[in-house]
Amino acid sequence: LRMAAAGAAGQEKQLAPTLLSFFIYNPKLGPKEGEEEKKILFYHPNEVEKNEKIRNVGLCEAIVQFTRTFSPTKPAKSLHTQKNRQFFHEPEENFWMVMVVRNPIIEKHKDGKPVYEYQEEELLDKVYSSVLQQCYSMYKLFNGTFLRAMEDGGVKMLKERLEKFFHRYLQTLHLQSCDLLDVFCGISFFPLDKMTYLKIQSFINRMEESLNIVKYTAFLYNDQLIWSGLEQDDMRILYKYLTTSLFPRHMEPELAGRDSPIRAEMPGNLQHYGRFLTGPLNLNDPETKCRFPKIFVNTDDTYEELHLIVYKSLTSPFSLPDTASIPPTLEFCRKLDSIVGPQLTVLASDICEQYNINKRISGAEKEPQFKFIYFNHMNLAEKSTIHMRKTPSVSLASVHPDLMKILGDINSDFSRVDEDEEIIVKAMSDYWVVGKKSDQRELYVILNQKNVNLIEVNEEVKKLCATQFNNIFFLD
Amino acid sequence: TGRDPPGPAEDEAPAAAAAGAAGREGGGGGEEGEGRARGGAEAGGCYLALCARPVHFEKANPVNCVFFDEANKQVFAVRSGGATGVVVKGLEDRNPISFRMEDKGEVKCIKFSLGNKILAVQRTLKSVDFLNFIPDSPQLEYTQECKTKNANILGFCWTSSTEIVFITDQGIEFYQVLPEKRSLKLLKNQSINVNWYMYCPESSVILLSTTVLGNVLQPFYFKSGTMSKLSKFEIELPAAPKSSKLSLSERDIAMATIYGQLYVLYLRHHSRTSNSTGAEVVLYHLPREGSCKKTHILKLNRTGKFALNVVDNLVVVHHQDTETSVVFDIKLKGEFDGSTTIHQFVLPPRSIQPYQIPVAGPASVTSQAPVPCKLYSSSWIVFQPDIIISASEGYLWSLQVKLEPVVNLLLDKGKLMDFLLQRKECKMVILSVCSQMLSEPERGSLSVIATVFDKLNHEYKKYLEAEQSYTMVVETGLSRSNPLLKRPVRTQAVIDQSDMYTHVLSVFTEKKEAPHKFTIAVLMEYIRSLNQFQIAVQHYLYELVIKTLVQHNLFYMLHQFLQYHVLSDSKPLACLLLSLESIYPPAHQLSLDMLKRLSTANDEIVEVLLSKHQVLAALRFIRGIGGHDSISARKFLDAAKQAEDEMLFYTIFRFFEQRNQRLRGNPSFTPGEHCEEHVTFFKQVFGEQALMKPTTF
Repeated sequence: LRMAAAGAAGQEKQLAPTLLSFFIYNPKLGPKEGEEEKKILFYHPNEVEKNEKIRNVGLCEAIVQFTRTFSPTKPAKSLHTQKNRQFFHEPEENFWMVMVVRNPIIEKHKDGKPVYEYQEEELLDKVYSSVLQQCYSMYKLFNGTFLRAMEDGGVKMLKERLEKFFHRYLQTLHLQSCDLLDVFCGISFFPLDKMTYLKIQSFINRMEESLNIVKYTAFLYNDQLIWSGLEQDDMRILYKYLTTSLFPRHMEPELAGRDSPIRAEMPGNLQHYGRFLTGPLNLNDPETKCRFPKIFVNTDDTYEELHLIVYKSLTSPFSLPDTASIPPTLEFCRKLDSIVGPQLTVLASDICEQYNINKRISGAEKEPQFKFIYFNHMNLAEKSTIHMRKTPSVSLASVHPDLMKILGDINSDFSRVDEDEEIIVKAMSDYWVVGKKSDQRELYVILNQKNVNLIEVNEEVKKLCATQFNNIFFLD
Repeated sequence: TGRDPPGPAEDEAPAAAAAGAAGREGGGGGEEGEGRARGGAEAGGCYLALCARPVHFEKANPVNCVFFDEANKQVFAVRSGGATGVVVKGLEDRNPISFRMEDKGEVKCIKFSLGNKILAVQRTLKSVDFLNFIPDSPQLEYTQECKTKNANILGFCWTSSTEIVFITDQGIEFYQVLPEKRSLKLLKNQSINVNWYMYCPESSVILLSTTVLGNVLQPFYFKSGTMSKLSKFEIELPAAPKSSKLSLSERDIAMATIYGQLYVLYLRHHSRTSNSTGAEVVLYHLPREGSCKKTHILKLNRTGKFALNVVDNLVVVHHQDTETSVVFDIKLKGEFDGSTTIHQFVLPPRSIQPYQIPVAGPASVTSQAPVPCKLYSSSWIVFQPDIIISASEGYLWSLQVKLEPVVNLLLDKGKLMDFLLQRKECKMVILSVCSQMLSEPERGSLSVIATVFDKLNHEYKKYLEAEQSYTMVVETGLSRSNPLLKRPVRTQAVIDQSDMYTHVLSVFTEKKEAPHKFTIAVLMEYIRSLNQFQIAVQHYLYELVIKTLVQHNLFYMLHQFLQYHVLSDSKPLACLLLSLESIYPPAHQLSLDMLKRLSTANDEIVEVLLSKHQVLAALRFIRGIGGHDSISARKFLDAAKQAEDEMLFYTIFRFFEQRNQRLRGNPSFTPGEHCEEHVTFFKQVFGEQALMKPTTF
C-alpha cells in the first residue's frame, strides 16, 4: 500500500508537455568524422541549424553507447533532464528514433513576473516510449521497414518516405493527452453472441471467396473489432489508425445528416448503405480514381504489400478487406459494393438487434458505476470506462490527470515483476486507485467514496470483478 | 391399336391376359424405339435398374398359366390346371413352394392368403375354392359361392391370413375363412355396380370403379374383420365422353403409398381438344378419413404408351415409345396453383440400365454369353409398386433407383440434396457428394457448401427433436397413456456429426490439397450450420478446427474463435489448449478461463496452477470458492517445495498450521496427512521455534 497525495493546483497556469524535436538516424551511414550529417535521416523541426542537429544526434549516440557498457542488451531508453526528456528507440538494427519532449511547466507569478517551474517527474517513461514505438509501427504499416526503403532506393528513398510520413504524422501526436492507454495500445472488442459471430465469419469467408483478390479481412462495428484475419501485431496498429484517424475523419460529414454532399454524390445507391472510406468516392463516375493506400504487413515474415480497402455501411460496421498487390480496379470496387453492401446492411441490423438484447439483459445502459481500465496482454483486449469516445484529435480521460499518472505508476510497477500483484493507492480527495494484475491481465479501478477503508475498497473491487469479469480466470 | 397404353396395374393378371396384352400392343413401337433407348443408355446416368436377382419362372404357354399376386408378390406357374404341378416363387421367399392339385377346370385366379396359410383358387364366375396349407388341418378343398344372386365374381383379394374379399360385378363380399371347419363366414357385404376393381395390399384398400363412365371410384378399407367405406370421388376425365360407355380404364389407374400416404394415380392421356402439351399423371390423395383430393399433377410432356411404378417414394413413368423413364418426387418444390402442385420430372429421361439375362441353369455351358434383355418390351407387365414382369421370358424383377448416377444429373447441389435426402439408401451417396464438393476438380463454392450443410442439419435436427420428445415422454411415464408412441426411426437421411467427421471432414482436412483458408472456412461453415439448428457441436469437430489452425500457425484466429466462444467450453477442449501452451503461450490463459467458466473444473484449475508452481494463486483460488478446508496439505506443500522459494514454503506451511488450529485446535499435522517430510524441512530451514504453538484457551 502506498499513500500518494497530490496537491490541488492554485492560481498557477499549467503548460502541457510538447514535442521539442524528433529525429531518426543511423550511425553506420556517416561513421567518418566530418560526415556526421549523413547519419541523419529525418529531423524535426527541420529549421534547426545543421550543427545543432549533428550535436543532438551525437549526444544521443554517446548516451546509448555509454549506457551499453552497463547493459549491453538493454541500452538507455530515456534521458531525464530538468527541462525535457528524451526517448530512444532502435526499431531496426542501427536505426534510432529519438523523441524529445519538454516537461510540463507550471507558470507562477512572482512579483508580477512569470516564473517557470519544470515538472521533472510528471512524464511517464512507459507512456512516451510507447508513443515513440507506435510512431515506428505506424510508419511501417504504410511504408514498410526502413531497411526495405534502403534496398528499394537507398538513403534518398528512405529520407523521402520519412519526410513524407512524419511531416504530417507528428502533428497528430497530442503529447499532452497520452496516458496508460497508449502503453497498452489495445483493441476494443465488440461483444457478440456465438451465432451472430458465426454468421459474420460465414459472410467474410464467402466474400473472400468471391472477391478472390481479398486476402485478409477485418470486421468492426461501432469502432470495435469483431474479426481480424490479420495477425495481432498488424491489427493492433491498423486498429489504431482506423479508430483514431480514418473513422473520425469520416464521422463529421455523416453527422451532417442525409442531405450532406457526400450522400448527394452517390445516387442510385438506395438498396443499401455501403460506401468506400478509401478508394473511389462515386462508383458511378467512370473517371473516379481507384487509389487505395498501401499497407505492409507480416514484415518479419512474408513481407506482404497490400491495398487497404475500407468499406463502410451507414449503420456503422466496417469491413476492411486488404487485398493483394494487384491494384483493385473500379470494376472490382463495383463488384465488392454489390456483393458486400446489401449483406452488410443485413448483418448490421442483426448485430444491432443482438447488441440491444445484450444491453437489456445486462442492464448495461446505465452509466457504469466504476471507472476502470482493463487490459489483457494476450489478446490486447482493452476496456475503459474512464475514456470518452475517441475523437480525431484526442482521446480524453474523464478523470484528473493526477489519477491517470497514478495508474501509469502502478503499471510501471507491474511491468517490473512477473508475479500477480495488487496495489491499492489512496489518492487525493477521497479517491482510491486499485491496480490488480492476474497472469497477463491488468485491471485499474478508480473509486471515489467518502470515508471508506482499505477493506471496503477491496470489497468494492471484488464486486466489480464478479460482475464484469465473471467469464475469465481472474484471481480475487 | 398401337396407341393403347400398356396396363400399369393389372391385378392378378392371368397369363392369358398378359399374353393378350402383349398381342394387343404389338411389337412395332418397341422396335422403333430401340435405337433411342440405346442412345439414352450410352449417355450414361441410368438411374433405374432391374434387380440383380429376379424371380425366374416358366414362361406362359398353352399348358402353363402364370399368375402374379401383388399382396405376397408371388408368381404362380400352374401347369395343366395344377394337375402336373403348381410352382410358387416370390421375390422375398427364395424357396419355391411346389404342389399339385386336381385339375377342376381352367384357373382364373390363384392366391395364397398372407403367410401362405390358405390357397384360394377361382375356376368359375360364381365360386372360389379353398385349400388349407396349415399343417395338421383338413386337406380337402372347400368352396364358397358368391352370395349375390346372378352376380359374377370379378376376382378376390386376401386382406389377412384368414380374411378374403370377393369382388363381383354387383358388389363386394367380405368373408372370414374358418380352415378347421372348411367353411367361410360372411362378415359384411355391400351392393354396388362394379366395372372393375383394384387392390392396394400395402394399405388394405380396394378401389371400385362404378357408374356407367366408370370414373366414380369407391374405396373400401379393411382392417381386422372390419370393412369401412371411404368417401367416393370422381376422376376428372380429359374430355367429355361422347357416349355413355366405360371411359375410365383400370389400366390408367394405379394405387400406391407415397411418403406414407395413399394416392390414386391417374394417367391422363393427351387429348387433342385440351391444350395440354402431353400426357400427365394426376395424383389423388386418399386419406383414411376425409375426402379424396386432387393434389399433384406430374407433367410428362410427351404422348404415347406409359406405365407407372412407385419406387422409393418416387413416381416412375415408363414411356414405351422412347424406351425411357422419368421420375417425379412430389416432395420437391413444384408450381402451386392454389389447389394442386404441378411437377416436372426431376431427372432427364433415361433408359433402365441395360440388363443381361443370365443363361439358365448353373449346369449350362459357361462359355455361352449372357443375353441382353429386351427392355421396355411390349410383353412387359407392370405392377405396383415396383414390379416388372416379362411374361414372354419368364422373369419378375423389382425396379430399383440407383442414386450414384443421379449425382451427375442434378447439378444444382441444393436440389440434389433435397432429392437424395428423401431416398432410402442415401447415406453413402450424400457423404460422397459432400466429399466431392470439397475437393477439386468439382469444388463447390462456400455458399453451395453452406446450403448443403443446412439441408443435412435440418434433417438431422428433425430427428434429434423427435428422439428428444420421445425420450421425454418415456421418462415422464406418459408413454403408457399413449400406446401409439413409437421410437422415431433413424433413416439414412440422418447424417450426424460423426458421419460427417468420419467420411467427409477428417478425410478432407487430412488430404491438405485445398488451401487452408478454404479448409477452415468449410469447418466453420459446418459449425455455423449446426449452431443455426441449435445442435450441440461434438468435441471432435472443435479438435479438428484446432488441429487445422495449429498446423498453419493460425493461433490468432484460434484465439479469436475462443474469445467469442465459437468453440464451446469443455474439459477436453481446455486440456487440449493446455497442451498447446508450449507452442502458443496464451493457450494457458484461454484454458484457465474455460475451466473457470465450466465451474465444475475447480480441481483441474488447482492442478494447472500447482503444475506451474503458482502455489499461492492455487490457494487463493481454492479459498475464494471456499474449498480450502478439504484440500490436501501435502499436495500444496510438495508444490511449494518444488518451487524452491523458501518464503513461499513458509507461507504455505503457515497457512496449513493455521487451518489445523482452526479445524482441530492444534497446529500440528496428523499422521494421515503425510506431511512429516515437510515438517522436518520446515524445522531444518526455519528452526524448531518457528513452528506454530498450539493456542490454549
